[in-house]
Amino acid sequence: MSANQQMAAKYKNSFLKEVEDQVEMGEWVKMCMQCGVCSGSCPTNFHPGWEHPPQEIFMMIRAGKREEVLTSPSMWMCTSCYNCIVRCPRKLPITHIMHGLANYAHRLGVAPKGQPTRAFSKLFWNNAIATGRVNELKLSIGLYFKDAEGKINIGQGIKQGLAMQKVALGLLKAKRLNPFEIFGGHKCKDQKGIHAMLKKARELEEKRKAIKA
Amino acid sequence: MAKKQYAFYPGCSSQKGASASNYLTSVESMCKTLDIQLTEIPDWNCCGASIGYGEAGELPRHVMNARNFALAETNLPGQDIVATCAACWLGAKESKERIEHSSLLLADTQEALKEAGLQIKVMPEIRHMAEVLVEDFGFEELGKHVKNPLKGLKFAGYVGCQTNRPFGIAGENFENPMYLDKIIETMGGEAVPYDQKVTCCGGALAFSEPEKAQAQIKDIVESAYDNGAEMIVTPCPLCQANVEIYQGHINNKYNTKFNIPVLYYSQLMTIAYGGSAKDAGLNGQVIRAPKLEAIAK
Repeated sequence: MSANQQMAAKYKNSFLKEVEDQVEMGEWVKMCMQCGVCSGSCPTNFHPGWEHPPQEIFMMIRAGKREEVLTSPSMWMCTSCYNCIVRCPRKLPITHIMHGLANYAHRLGVAPKGQPTRAFSKLFWNNAIATGRVNELKLSIGLYFKDAEGKINIGQGIKQGLAMQKVALGLLKAKRLNPFEIFGGHKCKDQKGIHAMLKKARELEEKRKAIKA
Repeated sequence: MAKKQYAFYPGCSSQKGASASNYLTSVESMCKTLDIQLTEIPDWNCCGASIGYGEAGELPRHVMNARNFALAETNLPGQDIVATCAACWLGAKESKERIEHSSLLLADTQEALKEAGLQIKVMPEIRHMAEVLVEDFGFEELGKHVKNPLKGLKFAGYVGCQTNRPFGIAGENFENPMYLDKIIETMGGEAVPYDQKVTCCGGALAFSEPEKAQAQIKDIVESAYDNGAEMIVTPCPLCQANVEIYQGHINNKYNTKFNIPVLYYSQLMTIAYGGSAKDAGLNGQVIRAPKLEAIAK
């Protein structure tokens, strides 16, 4: 049984309970009063909008629409601008709930395949934790030469690289992109400690979630 | 004023050869004038940024920030952590808030930190450089050091998201924060009215969904022109890069003729404090700022 099927079976008819237990800040979902200020304040809800804007997602969770919510590209539209958080009259941490839902769907392996922000998030985090610091050159190369599933795609890379040529040259000229980062670049000294610490953190988080389930 | 000392968290983008290296150059010059001593947190690591959310999960994100807290507190006891990057500041502040709020999360964080030979004993304060300027100095004190006022130059103060929401600078309004306009005016420049002051530049979506981000950037740049600004000023490295480097793409797509420089507040301050174009890192602009270069000493 997949991780997704296991969780669906455990929580049977209560997707709200599942979200409260398993999703970061999920316990806030029931506080939404459906005013829609979040959706009206979201910069990416306008061109062209979310499949289901935040207040709809909240109602769908309460209505038990498990699959529709977790497989939706909606949460991946978040730019982390925090406008919804500061305007929400009931002070729901909406940005974090959207991040939490996206992360949960990603963990269960049901988030939309090929979703570009899902792919970029993975690329970014793995880039940052590899040495403890972001390597911007490798991040850009990874972005343009890997498809959304993380596979190398030379054709796509060359095409997108050409489109980005002027931007890259401008940054090179301004000394804000360093070609020598390819040989390693900036990094933390105690990478071993960082990796051990993160491994432990993942274990502890899984343990906490399992206790709740 | 006596020398002020802080535990400095420069962040990945401020490193040599990285996308905001010119920010750091200008911050160093500005701090020299203000007698601020920034001591880098030894072996600091990435905050995870906002975009790490999809892959990271909660605790891994917090322990990355917690490692920096422990390193700062061990090596630079009693000093506030100061970040210049909006995302570093926000990420660190968020982790601090969560860890302080939950004894369970604190216990897990400490257990993970042990693996790296660290512990948090005292939680340091996390502050943005803009907070340091406004709160520890104040506009009057900042104004005392001006030798070369930016007379006649018009700036759009683009605050953006993450130095403004959800924490912001104390006493400011989320919809219309004034501190950046006040810094511009304290330096002798003119802050034009600017209705896109707190609009999102698209953040990480500039990489993953460029069309969505560029539609937002277009509004941000257009409004600066409409209000008569000659330059845009910001406190955030990602705002700076996104609004500056995609103007060419936007011109191709929307048939516009954008070519407006996008600067950091610290670059304006360095020039106003009598620094050279090089001290202010103006050679690091992709779209050069000739009007600011012209008045630089």
